[in-house]
Amino acid sequence: MSRIQTRFAALKKEGRGALIPYLQACDPDYDTSLELLRAMPAAGADLIEIGVPFSDPSADGPTIQAAALRGLKAGATLGLVLQMVRAFRETDNETPIVLMGYLNPIDSYGPAEFCFDAAQAGVDGIIVVDMPTEEADLLDAHAREAGLDIISLVAPTTSNSRLFHVLRDATGFVYYVSITGITGTNSASAADLEKALPRIREATDLPVAIGFGISTPEQARTASRIGDAAVVASALIKTMAGTLEDGHATERTVPAVLLQLEALAAAVRA
Amino acid sequence: MTNTSSSQPSPLSNSLRSGPDDRGRFGIFGGRFVAETLMPLLFELDEAYRAAQADPAFREELDYYLKDYVGRPSPLWFARHLTEELGGAKVYFKREELNHTGSHKLNNVMGQILVARRMGKTRIVAETGAGQHGVATATVCALFGLKCTIYMGATDVERQKPNVFRMHLLGAEVKPVTAGAGTLKDAMNEAMRDWVANVADTYFLVGTVAGPHPYPEMVRDFQSVIGVEVKEQITQAEGRLPDVIVAAIGGGSNAMGIFHPFLDDASVRLIGVEAAGHGLDSGKTAASISRGRPGVLHGNRTYLLQDKHGQIEEAHSISAGLDYPGIGPEHSWLNDIGRAEYVGVTDDEALEAFQVCTRTEGIIPALECAHGLAHVMKIAPTMAKNQIIVLNVSGRGDKDIFTVAHHLGVKL
Ligand SMILES: Cc1ncc(COP(=O)(O)O)c(C=O)c1O
Repeated sequence: MSRIQTRFAALKKEGRGALIPYLQACDPDYDTSLELLRAMPAAGADLIEIGVPFSDPSADGPTIQAAALRGLKAGATLGLVLQMVRAFRETDNETPIVLMGYLNPIDSYGPAEFCFDAAQAGVDGIIVVDMPTEEADLLDAHAREAGLDIISLVAPTTSNSRLFHVLRDATGFVYYVSITGITGTNSASAADLEKALPRIREATDLPVAIGFGISTPEQARTASRIGDAAVVASALIKTMAGTLEDGHATERTVPAVLLQLEALAAAVRA
Repeated sequence: MTNTSSSQPSPLSNSLRSGPDDRGRFGIFGGRFVAETLMPLLFELDEAYRAAQADPAFREELDYYLKDYVGRPSPLWFARHLTEELGGAKVYFKREELNHTGSHKLNNVMGQILVARRMGKTRIVAETGAGQHGVATATVCALFGLKCTIYMGATDVERQKPNVFRMHLLGAEVKPVTAGAGTLKDAMNEAMRDWVANVADTYFLVGTVAGPHPYPEMVRDFQSVIGVEVKEQITQAEGRLPDVIVAAIGGGSNAMGIFHPFLDDASVRLIGVEAAGHGLDSGKTAASISRGRPGVLHGNRTYLLQDKHGQIEEAHSISAGLDYPGIGPEHSWLNDIGRAEYVGVTDDEALEAFQVCTRTEGIIPALECAHGLAHVMKIAPTMAKNQIIVLNVSGRGDKDIFTVAHHLGVKL
């Protein structure tokens, strides 16, 4: 079983959903983001999503755009992100790591080389925002060979028949983009989620993670119960950004994010 | 809803004009690289566009607006004085600057707005660089009473003030984008963000032959009226096809529009002129084909200016309409198969051509097509006097007089 399968199976036994925090690699610098990454599991992260900085994050709101820019300024490259995962794996071989980003850096790295190197580094899954099912043949075979899950995204605009098409060969888990919009802006209501999830579960047996617009512990709890996992990104990054001075980390940076993560985790476990 | 494009196989199977394929690809270029949220909308748009194409009433309606509102056909002008000054090939101008709103942009906008209306959309968003596409979009929104939001890079808002004012007068909301260098690429990102957040009522009116399928095909089709007219007009004037067609490239819509009807006429050389900015090797250019490599941005695979890690680089050009690090996917394909050539012209060369055109022909060209003219000025003298060049004069230069004055050291 993959790390992702193992983790979701264990949580199912525990009878709760997962909390998936997100951090942008190298935001605000390599060392700080690695420190944060390493501390996240103890603070309650069940899986972790690492954002790969891209110059043109067209599906992201202002908060993640700014984080990507800080990451790039700090020298983030796809290679460096993999190095960060390798460093994380020295001390944690269980927490699943999923990279989230845009296609061009992967395309530039080379799809086959990337899938191989990512799996070697200890990455478990990848979410490529601008690679819909129709274009996924670019990575599919390489990812399968490397044992890397390509996490399928579905949205409120995805019709019932299309859900079956998109999720036919899906692996790992399914990522439900719960609003029609960009990251860190609106939130879906519990009623919206209650309506959407049965549609998705019709089409797949995989765990469903809910993301986009989840910021409070209450929202995280709701999403992790209606779905199987809650992804929290912009809210954590906002907190981190608030601790920076001239774009640089301060001694408050890591503790502030971890404190918020603990509150989210407590809600998900309550 | 279908999961594959319903584009019919072309009857011209040996033709270079039959692309894109079912996946929206021209060779390896094009495609639909967008977030899942937008995929159903692309299928919906594809369906609506095919239905419009198959409906004679749509063609009739479009022809009506093109004739009485846009002012088509645009003339083909023999530039006698310029030809004499250059002392070589005969130079003709396709006068797209005479269209309503002053550029070729309205050809595409007119077509798309009719599609959007058929789809029942009530709000339009668009990106703009020079502001010409924004003005054209704001214009049809005024005409049809639709809400209109235009995203424009903050740098471009600054250097294209007259167009910003025009858009305001036309009732559009202009949102300056401060991300990145504040130019066309950033405006495109922001327009896509708006679209994804407002999918229910909003139509994204893309201004060039880029973006996810079916936009590159649809915009090309609507702009092809340029080349179709040129073919007729030059045959009437000269009894034959031109030897060379030249057009400036931002995203590539005016070039695709004039090239496409000639793709199967092997005797016609097609030359796209990219903005070389400070020079092709200066690191400050917008020459995506000359200095870029294939990658994925804004929904399609195409040549892009990018660093070795796949981060997109800022483009540079004196001309806001050419200041884009990508190019339409069909151009990338035409380049790779060798059917069209792509060359670079610098800021300074374009400025010089801008003045030559104004002085010899009494036509103030947009800085965009001044790039095309600068290349014409290089090749015409090397050609025989009985040879023919057609330049697409894609827009008029009134919007650029402040930029030109600034570069000439004149205070307005
Ligand atoms: C007059 C004019 N020509 C050319 C362009 C470049 O666009 P495209 O390459 O799509 O024709 C623009 C873009 O703003 C323009 O305003």
